Amino acid sequence: MIVSMDEVLQRPTKTTAGPVVAQLKGVSKNYGYVRALRNVTLDVHAGEVVSVLGPNGAGKTTAVKLLLGLAGANAGTVNVFGADPRNPKNRLRTGAMLQVARVPETLRVKEHVDLFSSYYPKPLPLVETLAAAGLKEIADRKFGELSGGQKQRVLFALAVCGDPDLIFLDEPTVGLDVEARRVLWDEIRKLVSRGKTVLLTTHYLQEADALADRVVVINNGEIIAEGTPAEIKSRTAGKQIRCVSSLPVVEVCSISGVREVRADREGILISTAVPDAVLRELFLRDERLSGVEVISAGLEEAFLALTQDNSKSEVA
Amino acid sequence: MSAASGVLSQPVSERSMGRTVSIYAKEAKYEFLKLLRLPIYSLSTILFPLMFYVLFGLLLNRGHEQNGVMVAAYLIATYGTFGVMGASLFGFGVGLAGERGLGWLEVKRASPMPPSAYFAAKTVVCMAFSLIIVLALLTLGFVFGGVHLALKQTLELIGTLVLGSGTFCAMGMAIGYFAGPTSAPAIVNLLYLPLSFASGLWIPIDMLPRLLQRVAPFLPPYHLGQLALGVVGVPTTGSALGHWQALVGFALISLGIARIGFQRDEGKSFG
Repeated sequence: MIVSMDEVLQRPTKTTAGPVVAQLKGVSKNYGYVRALRNVTLDVHAGEVVSVLGPNGAGKTTAVKLLLGLAGANAGTVNVFGADPRNPKNRLRTGAMLQVARVPETLRVKEHVDLFSSYYPKPLPLVETLAAAGLKEIADRKFGELSGGQKQRVLFALAVCGDPDLIFLDEPTVGLDVEARRVLWDEIRKLVSRGKTVLLTTHYLQEADALADRVVVINNGEIIAEGTPAEIKSRTAGKQIRCVSSLPVVEVCSISGVREVRADREGILISTAVPDAVLRELFLRDERLSGVEVISAGLEEAFLALTQDNSKSEVA
Repeated sequence: MSAASGVLSQPVSERSMGRTVSIYAKEAKYEFLKLLRLPIYSLSTILFPLMFYVLFGLLLNRGHEQNGVMVAAYLIATYGTFGVMGASLFGFGVGLAGERGLGWLEVKRASPMPPSAYFAAKTVVCMAFSLIIVLALLTLGFVFGGVHLALKQTLELIGTLVLGSGTFCAMGMAIGYFAGPTSAPAIVNLLYLPLSFASGLWIPIDMLPRLLQRVAPFLPPYHLGQLALGVVGVPTTGSALGHWQALVGFALISLGIARIGFQRDEGKSFG
């Protein structure tokens, strides 16, 4: 997990939370016998970027669909700007970028944007939306002729063209290469700097870390952790010890305080919340212990620790 | 923070009439452009009935009569019915099934678009393609088939067929809500071709086996076919009112089925 220092520094620090603009309160949602969400409570405050982070099938998209009024909850209440989002009239202040398998390919970029702009009371001027999403040069192209990154930018444009106050982005950069992803991140940051509220789902940990003020970790339909990216990392007290040991992996696993042990060609990687105690024990048991290095775990390790059901697992 | 002021309550800004009209107009305009630029739709729905008409109406049965009416006039009515049915079932049914099944409808539903604008656009555009087909058939008939229709008859035929396509839009909507994006074209073809045949759109109904003749009144295109034939002067069975009632009935049944799918999608059936 590498997060460049300037990204961390650039992140605006928000001390006061604005009023709640979107809310899930004790929400459960079932699809047949599958429980997609279980008693989820989530507040999104004005002006913040909330990232809902979780593996595929965790319930992220379901949460977004409920907030957009695309589905009804089985239990609990869903509230966006004080109203039920299932009524299209209550969506005038929200924009959404969803995962879509196919967009009508014979319409031109500017035509798509023009149509979606017309749905809103005070849309951005067409040229402004096109510029904001980096679509100026390809405004006259048909959607079917675009590259993957360009297509995502059009969907992004459709989400922001109405100048909404609250924007939902469901896995906005899925399938994009590094360059296209960076471009979209910049667009999202620009929205935030204009005071917009953003709820973004992702399974890219780096994305949550780079963009979000607050991270909500969701797994199997339940919120399992919530906080700033730094808090999430510290809560799981993620430290890792890298070393070369002659002890069998099973024995290292049995040391109290060890959460996970991964073995590779160069040695072993131990995840633990109490590195000092584990190290003492290691030195005691293994005279030939070498190459010791203690690393602060990144969000990725924290995330893995949070989402793994069994607290101790051995990965060979 | 400016965004924080007054965010809790949604200012209920009712759309002005003008803006609502503008949404419906744009929705219809882009729906039309979308289908027009899709050759598999625009070419096949327009060219197939015209090809059949040229072949059977203008070349093979030149000067023949059917039920006391020139074949060239008779076939404008039946291929017209065939044409508007195809334009509507493919335009509405296959279009909706694809957009629903592949996520595009969900993107639109997540926007503040009034849902009725989406359906109105599809209906209007299917009717526009229906109009193009009927006008093209009439032009061919008048210019190359020696067909003579009074102005009143001509307008009545156009009106009947374009209005009648509404029933097939409703059927398309029902199909669109229950067929998958890949199965929809197959399902529509499986309905379209046998229905056309059994309703007497390819071969006059009284030349069909007796069993099929009995089944025909249960098929929507039979009724539109009879109405259109009546306009060009063919003696038909049943009253015009009865045929219109049947078309409205089929439309309502289809809309009822579509409504179940619509509510399932909207998640309202979960309460």
